[in-house]
Amino acid sequence: MPGDLYFSRRGFLLSSAAMLMWTEAGAEVISGALPPWVAGRSSVPTPVLPGPWRFFTAAEATMVGAIVDRLIPADDLSPGGKDAGCVVFIDAQLAGPFGKAGGQYVKAPFLPGLPQQGYQGEDTPAGRYRKGLRALDELVATRFSGKSFVTLDPKDQDALLKGLEAGTIPLQGVDAKRFFALVLQNTMEGFFADPIYGGNKNMVGWKMIGFPGARYDYRDWIDRHNEAYPLPPLSIMGRSAWNVQ
Amino acid sequence: MAQKLPHKNVVIVGLGWTGSILAYELASAGLDVVAIERGPWRDTAADFPPSTSPDELRYATRLDLFLRPAQDTLTFRNKMNETALPIRSFIGFLPGNGVGGAGLHWNGQLWRFLPSDFKLRSHLTQRYGASALAADTTIQDWPVSYDDLEPFYQKFDALCGTSGKAGNLKGKIQVGGNPFEGARAAEYPTPPLKQPYAPTLFGKAASSLGYHPFPQPSCNLSEPYTNSLGVKMGQCTFCGFCERFGCGNYSKSSPQACVLPALMRLPNFTARTESEVLRVNLDSTGKKATGVTFVDTSGQEFEQPADMVLLCAFGLFNVRLMLLSGIGTPYDPTTGKGVVGRNYAYQTTSGVSIMMKKGTRLNPFISSGAGGVVIDDFNGDNFDHAGLGFVGGAALSATQSNGRPISTRPVAPGTPAWGAAWKKATVEGYQRGYGLGTQGSSYSYKDCYLDLDPTYKDRFGRPLMRLTFDFHENELKMSAYVTEKLAGIARAMDAEIVTPHPRTGPYTITQYQSTHNTGGTVMGSDPSDSVVNRYCQSWDVPNLFIPGGASVFPQNHGYNPTGTVGALAYWTADAIKQRYLKNPGALL
Repeated sequence: MPGDLYFSRRGFLLSSAAMLMWTEAGAEVISGALPPWVAGRSSVPTPVLPGPWRFFTAAEATMVGAIVDRLIPADDLSPGGKDAGCVVFIDAQLAGPFGKAGGQYVKAPFLPGLPQQGYQGEDTPAGRYRKGLRALDELVATRFSGKSFVTLDPKDQDALLKGLEAGTIPLQGVDAKRFFALVLQNTMEGFFADPIYGGNKNMVGWKMIGFPGARYDYRDWIDRHNEAYPLPPLSIMGRSAWNVQ
Repeated sequence: MAQKLPHKNVVIVGLGWTGSILAYELASAGLDVVAIERGPWRDTAADFPPSTSPDELRYATRLDLFLRPAQDTLTFRNKMNETALPIRSFIGFLPGNGVGGAGLHWNGQLWRFLPSDFKLRSHLTQRYGASALAADTTIQDWPVSYDDLEPFYQKFDALCGTSGKAGNLKGKIQVGGNPFEGARAAEYPTPPLKQPYAPTLFGKAASSLGYHPFPQPSCNLSEPYTNSLGVKMGQCTFCGFCERFGCGNYSKSSPQACVLPALMRLPNFTARTESEVLRVNLDSTGKKATGVTFVDTSGQEFEQPADMVLLCAFGLFNVRLMLLSGIGTPYDPTTGKGVVGRNYAYQTTSGVSIMMKKGTRLNPFISSGAGGVVIDDFNGDNFDHAGLGFVGGAALSATQSNGRPISTRPVAPGTPAWGAAWKKATVEGYQRGYGLGTQGSSYSYKDCYLDLDPTYKDRFGRPLMRLTFDFHENELKMSAYVTEKLAGIARAMDAEIVTPHPRTGPYTITQYQSTHNTGGTVMGSDPSDSVVNRYCQSWDVPNLFIPGGASVFPQNHGYNPTGTVGALAYWTADAIKQRYLKNPGALL
């Protein structure tokens, strides 16, 4: 089922060296030789750039921006989650296969399970964000006389998030604890994934901890125990110092 | 209506390690062979070149190379009186998908089981008495010995180019190797990998306590190597993107790196990808397989007639195909009768988190999937279990597999999961935090098994397979014991903070533990307690083999299964070539 795959399947070209043919859709019959390398055959990710929101409404994006700035607050160690691109990242993820639960098992019946049986809900990650953000917005409006999460004092924002995390603050129609865990997981992904996905802007997450990124060869440093690795991080897109200024 | 394809001598289900080895062995013996693979074709240059392969989100988090649950999944419950629910996202274990199978995404830790593991029940009964075993354990002796398999372990090593140091060469103990291992006829094909800092510290600490550390046998190669099929491999660069990734450097042994370049040149071999086998077809007697029926991505069904059928899928899916095809008697846990689905086992893992002193630089990103230092002093029956209240054991190791920061961000205990304090602790912990691990045995029990789910179906309307599994007291006691031994080594490493995490129940599929799912079509000496004989040949349908997938393990031991899987593949290929082809029929 190619439509469910995380990345679109590569295109395919017939070659003279190997006998290859499509049967239908994705299936292939291969004999005689390894399929040769063909330009454009490999599947590579498309860089995610800031721009119009792909999934979030403007209000949702503002709210998620305020949340990720509490999860990863700006300080002298790094910029905050929003400036690091976490909202751009999460938005792109929710608009893509991840948000649609692409490739996951989504057949009924949906029964409540034990914790060790994993998520058994019917909602996709995108649906969980939509419901969770709405419920959080309603909760804030009720508890703080018409205010929104974004305008709350950071202390109140933190207290709310801690309550969701611990499961002590319930959200209407939403498993608050699971919702918080999903947002936290995606925020950390946005802060630490390769910048090609829209987060970890300028590799700020990697610089913060000293992860060199998509380097491929440390043979010169395997023996240099307890010594700082000297090279700056690298994305699979390269790094800005490589660009023509 | 299924379209009937031209007859083949051999149809292979699944093109991973066992499928590609059997395909090469039988096609080069002159047979006409087709392999039918559920997932896509994958190769190094197109699918995981070094330029785009180091991508944690795509491969390690979103699991790009793995089976989609929408394609196939299992239902799961801990106990027989619970309702199994579908595994909607794979997290706890990760079946592979596509050409290469688990041999593509693995870390490359290549082990042999201990000689005593192969005669587990008789060995333990003889040494400790029958009362030392839990009443409901269904462990049994393998129908092959270590000595039977040794030449075939050797063949798999020669294919993979395994890097390591022998500890027992022809019965002579070697300094620097594993003194507990079974005798090897020859040294490893390539020398051990160089070790990063933390495994080096672990090895020194283990030595200071009188244990016997050695470099983990690794299929990330320490130097260039030309394998037994003439295929050239490269030197591992310690890139830190190994397990869950394909290797763009031709330095992790896999069907892609080691077998396919030779296999695909054989004119009498054909691979069919993105084609899922629905069932094995039997003739009217039910004693002979006539081939398989499969469906491709267009939904077209095909019938592939063949003289022999080899089930070479990931272990779990061999079991499911047997159940769906009605071959052998399904296991009934209430009576203990029946065999298909019996003796599912897993791996009992645990860890010790450590924080070294401030200022220590462990450089966790300089790593390979299988690099690391191990002790085997507390594995299997390498130590006296008298009075301990359990049997079995674990390998204890410092395996430095990655510093990828979406998943690997060690922090001191008590650190919040977010906010300013999280940040500070993450920066402080990244270079000095480390996880030591145990990988332990998982013995078989009456109530741990696989059968067909009564409710949930796959995309073709076939029942999903149901997994019923929980840890038993023996394994939890074992884990507590070995984890405390590991914590002792951590303290001897002069770690500032040592936090043991012994395995506790119930088993959960929400936390990754291992993809070493074993059993369900176990091999044995008697049709009443096994699905296949000592040549991995079905007792019921002699022209059907399950050549070495981990589904044939009678129980699981304290090691990664791939070494034994590869050895059994060569062992089965040898039996087919030397004996079966001359006189097709039951080999026993």
